[in-house]
Amino acid sequence: MKLLTNKTDINFLGRRRAAVILSAILIVLSVVSLATRGLNFGIDFTGGLLIEVGYDGVADLQGIRDQLAGNGFDDAQVQNFGTASDVLIRMLPRPGANTAELGAQILKVLQAGDAAVAMRRIEFVGPQVGEELTQQGGTAMIFALLMIGAYIILRFHWKFAVGSVVALLHDVFIVLGVFSILQLPFDLSVLAAILAVIGYSLNDTIVVFDRIRENFRHIRRGSPEAIMNISINQMLGRTIITSMTTLMVLVSLFFLGGEAVRGFSTALIIGIVVGTYSSIYTASTLALALDVAPVDLLPLKQIEDPDGLP
Amino acid sequence: MNQYPAWKNLLVATVLAAGLLIALPNIFGKAPSLQVSREDTAVLNDAGISQVNSLLESASIATVESFVEDGHLLIQFDDVQEQLRASDLLREGLGKGYVVALTLAPRTPAWLRSLGLQPMSLGLDLRGGVHFLFEVDMDAAITQRLDVIAKDLNRTLREERIRRNVRVVGNEIRIRLGDAADLDRVEQLVRDSDELLEVRRANVGGEEQVIIRMTADQIRERQDFAIQQNTITLRNRVNALGVAEPVVQRQGVNRIVVQMPGVQDPAQAMRILDATATLEFRLVCEGENALEAQRRGRAPLGCELFSDRQGQPVLLKRGAIVTGDQLTDASQGFSEGSPAVYVKLDSKGADEMLRTTRENIGKPMAVLFVEQSRDIVIQNGEEQYITRTEREVINVATIQGVFSSSFQITGVDVVEARDLSLLLRAGALAAPIYIVEERTIGPSLGQENIDKGVNAIIFGLVCVMLFMAIYYKGFGVIADLALLTNLVLIVAILSMLQASLTLPGIAGIVLTVGMAVDANVLIFERIREELRNGNSPQASIHAGYAKALSTIADANVTTLIAAVVLFAFGTGPIKGFAITLSIGIITSMFTSIIGTRAVVNFVFGGRNIDRLAI
Repeated sequence: MKLLTNKTDINFLGRRRAAVILSAILIVLSVVSLATRGLNFGIDFTGGLLIEVGYDGVADLQGIRDQLAGNGFDDAQVQNFGTASDVLIRMLPRPGANTAELGAQILKVLQAGDAAVAMRRIEFVGPQVGEELTQQGGTAMIFALLMIGAYIILRFHWKFAVGSVVALLHDVFIVLGVFSILQLPFDLSVLAAILAVIGYSLNDTIVVFDRIRENFRHIRRGSPEAIMNISINQMLGRTIITSMTTLMVLVSLFFLGGEAVRGFSTALIIGIVVGTYSSIYTASTLALALDVAPVDLLPLKQIEDPDGLP
Repeated sequence: MNQYPAWKNLLVATVLAAGLLIALPNIFGKAPSLQVSREDTAVLNDAGISQVNSLLESASIATVESFVEDGHLLIQFDDVQEQLRASDLLREGLGKGYVVALTLAPRTPAWLRSLGLQPMSLGLDLRGGVHFLFEVDMDAAITQRLDVIAKDLNRTLREERIRRNVRVVGNEIRIRLGDAADLDRVEQLVRDSDELLEVRRANVGGEEQVIIRMTADQIRERQDFAIQQNTITLRNRVNALGVAEPVVQRQGVNRIVVQMPGVQDPAQAMRILDATATLEFRLVCEGENALEAQRRGRAPLGCELFSDRQGQPVLLKRGAIVTGDQLTDASQGFSEGSPAVYVKLDSKGADEMLRTTRENIGKPMAVLFVEQSRDIVIQNGEEQYITRTEREVINVATIQGVFSSSFQITGVDVVEARDLSLLLRAGALAAPIYIVEERTIGPSLGQENIDKGVNAIIFGLVCVMLFMAIYYKGFGVIADLALLTNLVLIVAILSMLQASLTLPGIAGIVLTVGMAVDANVLIFERIREELRNGNSPQASIHAGYAKALSTIADANVTTLIAAVVLFAFGTGPIKGFAITLSIGIITSMFTSIIGTRAVVNFVFGGRNIDRLAI
């Protein structure tokens, strides 16, 4: 059974103008949303207090809010977490107060309201730790992009490196944009997912580049654009199948993994879909725009022996 | 063509067999257990073991198994009731000196244990428990040291009969002298006492003073010492709390992480970990009216005003006879029916106590309880450390006899006696600590997370396996075998490394399942292409593997880079994700390339084949 034979001859790069416009629109939307609404940062980044509790039946959110407000906790955010009987209470750091103790106090207030309430977890992050994690997260992302850029310059050519890094930034911004527009909770695991997206999306891009390099060497006739088109078409089967299998497991994680990993799986799903698209278009388009040609890939390849046995 | 040399086949078979063996302990589940250890962290000896056995026998509590591991005695039971009964019994029967902790221990059979194999270690988010991150106040560590140096210098100068005023100001000690002629001598005395200190003279406010500072090396050394000492003290306190498999480790420059699996009440844990509780012994100010002082709000010269447990004012002399750091041992017990704390002093403390009690028979002496709690608060947009110190007189007793190194203190209730003896025994913190992060996971949530994670893995795995088998037929089935082997190898390596498995770690395994097939997809698509181009099946297989290799290597290296960056920058659960992702990538390269090649060679190698099932 085959989904696609290699006889597909879709002129991907011929339509690259439309793709660039689409990408530009998505990125502008993302940046605008990030600048105005920002991300819905979790306490890992803002610091503060987070309490997850479970009730026996449907939880009365407004009742809980009133209870807390009546005991001096009117700045608590109360919302459902996954199911109607699970509740998440969140508070930002309070100036001049020991936020760590507040967790125990809030729990007592809730227990006074309903003795059967079960404590699932309590998390407190001091503001300085929150700040540090935010900085570390940003640094990690930049560091990863630099290392990867360096690796591609080594293995391919700087014209491809530019294309890849831009494609990665494109993916990251769109994923962040979706999280910003939908105000999905953004915590440490989402950041980890985005770094995984960077690694995975690059995976895709490299596979395409590899084929392009091989074809540049073996196919003597044809413009760079035509050769790249052929390469992309040849890899289409593999690209779609791998994306599909990875999405299969991620969807499984999204539905079965519970609320705790929902942000993580969402980020990865969006990242992989966008990443596949960007591997086909963004990276190659940029390389073309920089006038990449077979001669760029030749000198490095004398030393390589492509027939090394596994 | 397409035949592996014997050693390669042997390699694959050995890795597979080893992987299965090392991963085996993970299928046996856990049993409610007790961990019995000695409080002074010495190894449990035979006498202790036989005591435990006879206690259990006398109450006819059946144990499933019991053995010694890492110096603790581990006893496994059939169910939780038996575990709880045994726990109460042993706690009473063994008494002080032994710690009995509730835990869930893996049911690994003895023969696996003898090989040193254990199941994976679970992170807190899968097991339930408490996680604290403490920050050590390094500045306070330096100030405390300066205080001690100043006190010593004060005493030295007093013995030399030099009129002086020794004060700690900021991060230096300033000595003002009554007689300027003494400046040289004082400088020399300071240098004699510690040649490493920086000593100089300066004109402060029109007066020549001797200024003393610590060198940068000394400061760094002191800070390192503060962290080490605090880590040890916290570890002692955690051990004394009776927690199985705790984690107490330095993190970064000035932080310490403490993890206590299974602990459910963070408030109680905090009381023990964070508190600096200590005792001071002071003489009572005589001939003064404490009520009068309280009304006036001022204490007479040489005295300080405190209150006792009932709120009544008490006047004590300034200056303690014995301070907390001179206590060498403390234990809880009963004295004439009331809870008491038995205390032992070191030689210097004993001398002071001896001198004081001898000179003051018939006079009252008070025990002052000093407790500090600390916090980081935000004031004016900045973080500041604040310390709250509470001092309370526990009891006042008349000195009836001379005593020096051991005696008891009453006036506390049972819980206080236990907490206080524990704190005094486990040592004083070298520098104050503050909570900067705290996470508590309930046990039910832990189990839920495990169940959900495992479900996600199984469902995703089945989907992918079905797809591969349908789409790539025979070769797809081989890829599925590789996928399963990959999972076994990941579990085996995690068990061997004893790296904590967290929920993001499980997500990492799920991701690896999806990505591991990528290598095989690349290879199989390549084989299909070669076949389409008219090559023979054997040649196609050979070319497929050959040409796909560099692509696979490149692609996996980049994901590995991302995983390594995550490992370097991440903490806790994120590190768990980075670890499983990294391990997964490496093992998947082995199973997808070498593993499948071995099977393919075995099935197809060296034979004449017309068509390939791909």
